[in-house]
Amino acid sequence: MGYALNFNLIWRHFDKLWGGLLLSLELAVISIAVGVVIGLVLAVWYVSAGRVVRAVIAAYVEFIRNVPLILLVYLVFYGLPTVVDLAYSAPTSFVLTLSVYSGAYLVEVFRSGLDAVPRGQLDAGKAIGLTPWQRLLHVRLPAMLRITLPALSNTFISLFKDTSIASVISVPELTFGAQWINFNTFRIVEVYLVTTAMYLVTGYIMLFGLRLVERRFRAAR
Amino acid sequence: MLGQIIYAVPFLAQGFAVTLWVSLLVVVLSLIAGVLLGVGLVYGPAPLRWAVRIFSDTIRGIPILVLMFFVYYGLPAIGLHLPSFWAAVCALTLFKTAQVIEYLRGAVGSIPKGQSEAAMAIGLTFRQRLTYVIFPQAFRRFLPPWINGVTDAVKGSALVSLLGITDLMQAINQVIGRTYEAMPLYILGALIYFAVNYALSLASRRLERRFSFIRE
Repeated sequence: MGYALNFNLIWRHFDKLWGGLLLSLELAVISIAVGVVIGLVLAVWYVSAGRVVRAVIAAYVEFIRNVPLILLVYLVFYGLPTVVDLAYSAPTSFVLTLSVYSGAYLVEVFRSGLDAVPRGQLDAGKAIGLTPWQRLLHVRLPAMLRITLPALSNTFISLFKDTSIASVISVPELTFGAQWINFNTFRIVEVYLVTTAMYLVTGYIMLFGLRLVERRFRAAR
Repeated sequence: MLGQIIYAVPFLAQGFAVTLWVSLLVVVLSLIAGVLLGVGLVYGPAPLRWAVRIFSDTIRGIPILVLMFFVYYGLPAIGLHLPSFWAAVCALTLFKTAQVIEYLRGAVGSIPKGQSEAAMAIGLTFRQRLTYVIFPQAFRRFLPPWINGVTDAVKGSALVSLLGITDLMQAINQVIGRTYEAMPLYILGALIYFAVNYALSLASRRLERRFSFIRE
């Protein structure tokens, strides 16, 4: 007995998937934006800080990177409100978690980028009389961004895929929409085929866009 | 509070054993499948190369969670009834296999063409070229990212809890369901995952250093 594909029910409930995809993107964009700020600040701080600050930043990075995201999501959503007097919705809780999570990965990316900026460029900046602050802003950061762009693209796309974990705390993003259709229509193969296609197409559009940015900046060198 | 957690330790230990068992299965199965398919990607005929390329790019492009639900709920629809444990292992293995394919492609691709040509010139067969010339050199390139990937497998195994398998993650959730001690138990769980994965990443760093004396 074969399984006859029938996509009608999927299209009837397609708003669940489309709305889900938009929410996934929203979660990803906000978390990545906050993560980039965390990553930049901590990476710059790390390379110029003393031993204690370095140890604290390294502890944050290593802890987050070695614990499953799903556990962190549970911890922030179910655990944290039991010890601090805070109330937040599931989407807010997830954005908070993914921001802290992406921050840890981005510190690593930015830190290795800062280390990779050739020493001569910084010395040159010093030689023409730039202040330390100007050297950071006009020499080291732009050079670092150019070096880290490929690694950044990969991190961004994998963070976008990580938004699927938000479904475990019932945030109605794409994976949650897929599960809803799965349980309510039982068109299982169809819904996951469509969902897979949506993740793939979105991921590749992001990749394509980021590659364009990379090429644009490589040419400027 | 502490009493309840100590009471739950044997239960958590069982869950932890499941986490390790799932991770081990995924790591071993994906290593075998990934190396075979990776060799197919680098040396195979064009149709095989395309098939592996499409497999790898598709699998790596979707969230593991979606892949897991697809395998778990989708396989019965095409007549394959796997217990949830094996469905979960199967999905995680598919994902890891795609990664291993890429590690292998990168490692083998870094070996200069001359090595292969020299081996061919002295009359080694394809299998001999791989075992005596290419793989020993590619190994040190393959190892560090692969061990890093092992930590991903341990972290990824936490997702099997969503299929009702009592791994460490699920065990923690069940103990919280009984005791309502959410924060201490989540922190305990995080520390356990951290201890395993941090040990693995230290090992990977040590291996990287161990092989760093070889220059290109």
